[in-house]
Amino acid sequence: MELKMRTLVFAILMLIGFAAPSAYAVNGTVSGGQIDPLPIAIAPFISGDGAGDTAATIAGVIANDLAHSGYFKPLPPESFIEQIGSFDAAPQFASWKQVQAKDLVIGQVSMAGGKMSVAFKLFDVNTGQLVAGTSFTATPKVARRIAHKIADLIYKSITGYPGYFDTRVVFVDESGPKDKRIKRLGIMDQDGFGAHTLTKGDEILMTPRFSPNSQEITYAAIGTEASRVYLFNIDTGQKEIVGDFPNMSFAPRFSPDGQKVLMSLQSDDGRNANIFEMDLRSKQMRQVTNVDAINTAPSYSPDGSQITFESDRGGTQQIYVMGADGSNQNRISFGKGRYSTPVWSPDGKWIAFTKQGDSKFAIGVMNPDGSGERILTEGFHNEGPTWSPNSRVVMFFRETPGEKGGPQLYSVDISGYNEQEVPTPEFSSDPAWSPLLN
Amino acid sequence: MMMTRLAGFKMAAICCCFLALAACSKKNQPDLDAGLNGQGNGGVDVGSQAPGSKGDFDKNVGDRVFFLNDQTSLTPEAADTLTKQADWLKQYSGVSVQVEGHADERGTREYNISLSARRATTVRGFLISHGVPGNRISSIAYGKERPVALCDAEQCWSQNRRAVTVITGGAK
Repeated sequence: MELKMRTLVFAILMLIGFAAPSAYAVNGTVSGGQIDPLPIAIAPFISGDGAGDTAATIAGVIANDLAHSGYFKPLPPESFIEQIGSFDAAPQFASWKQVQAKDLVIGQVSMAGGKMSVAFKLFDVNTGQLVAGTSFTATPKVARRIAHKIADLIYKSITGYPGYFDTRVVFVDESGPKDKRIKRLGIMDQDGFGAHTLTKGDEILMTPRFSPNSQEITYAAIGTEASRVYLFNIDTGQKEIVGDFPNMSFAPRFSPDGQKVLMSLQSDDGRNANIFEMDLRSKQMRQVTNVDAINTAPSYSPDGSQITFESDRGGTQQIYVMGADGSNQNRISFGKGRYSTPVWSPDGKWIAFTKQGDSKFAIGVMNPDGSGERILTEGFHNEGPTWSPNSRVVMFFRETPGEKGGPQLYSVDISGYNEQEVPTPEFSSDPAWSPLLN
Repeated sequence: MMMTRLAGFKMAAICCCFLALAACSKKNQPDLDAGLNGQGNGGVDVGSQAPGSKGDFDKNVGDRVFFLNDQTSLTPEAADTLTKQADWLKQYSGVSVQVEGHADERGTREYNISLSARRATTVRGFLISHGVPGNRISSIAYGKERPVALCDAEQCWSQNRRAVTVITGGAK
């Protein structure tokens, strides 16, 4: 994919003097009043010949991303007083103040020679100052990705946090009755767009995880003899086994450099599982834990120096942290209940987990030393957290009870607010968030 | 008279063919479904429990044992069932089995894989210690991926915490 980004050069931009015709819908609602979302106006993008639909799509995706973050409240376009007709002329900020906008986004989209050019500017309405502005030239096929990148730039300019919208999510697509679920590897954009499956469903597929370059997935699957760990290439659709071990292998996750995969191997006597690491190039195996217990769900710290995992060595599932070489295995979870599926946040500051107790399953976060535990959501069954690449949002799955029940994906802000369902075509479980795409 | 006898024999032969076909198609099903079809008859005609058959094993011996919550040790009832399984498997020495371990859905996915492997291992170990050669018994763990009882109450979860001994070959 060709995707060129450069700083906005105002002088060379062609101005095309009519506004995009259609207003876009702002989907989704923000629940939990604790975040006071910032009112932002996203003016309909100016569009050149044949670019009207693309312009409307891009403005709509930007508004949808910003709204779902919980930090922004995109204002309804029909309330706007000024119609932005020129990308270069200064907007009439008084009219944007009048519609209560704190920030204003304008943009334009043009097509030439099969290429799409997209430019945007972000203004502070009070001061009239240009906060950010960039242009992109790319194939029209990536219009939505350009929109996500613009939304990321707006989000970063205003919140100070890196963006997370130009990302994808892999998950397990689940169909069929509860006792005979068909499980396929699913993938979609972070906002649920373009969801499709990548495997046929002839294996019980579990716990897919992205490689750091977002091109490969590692997952575990139960076949006719045992569960095995696989590498799956998204582009080619080819899969290869990661070590053909005599016993079950499961719970894989990449190292931060993408060169190794951590996983659990069941012991020869079948009683225990320990954590091993395979070097994908040399195929050498390194044993990391050696304790008679179920040691599983390993996850590296982003600098690669430590690993968090769960173990029932003390009698129930609890979360531990150790050096990457297996040294200093220390329990960090001491609250009431069972703790599992720890995942280190990309910024290194948090470990997200599943917590069971009182017949409920909660999703929470704690510091890597076990302090500062906070529950983000709880209920009948929540499981399997994964982090947005900016460490601000946690995605997980929630099971609904009963014979017809099934899992669906949700996201929640690290503050515990702004919980939202992530739409998927079928039941979905085991989400994993990609890094920011290039 | 002779003709009648022949016809009778022919009938029996055809019946055998059908039975053989049924057994054959059963074996060809993916292992994912094996042993998951309810409480014991495994889809085989309950009227025809020929000694040494899968129906005989499932109905007269019992193909599954159950575990307490988050436990992998055998209850007295489970040990009783497994003792009968071991006796039957010693009697029909050509039969091979795969022990499927399962967990209920009130646990996390990775842990349940390993927990159900412990259950399968416990059952396999019991059968071996009661005289069934280990090379006739394989095991596999399904975690919480294949429940048989679908309600959300202990009465269902207790049925899902199970190890099922599935005949994979050599039955009559």
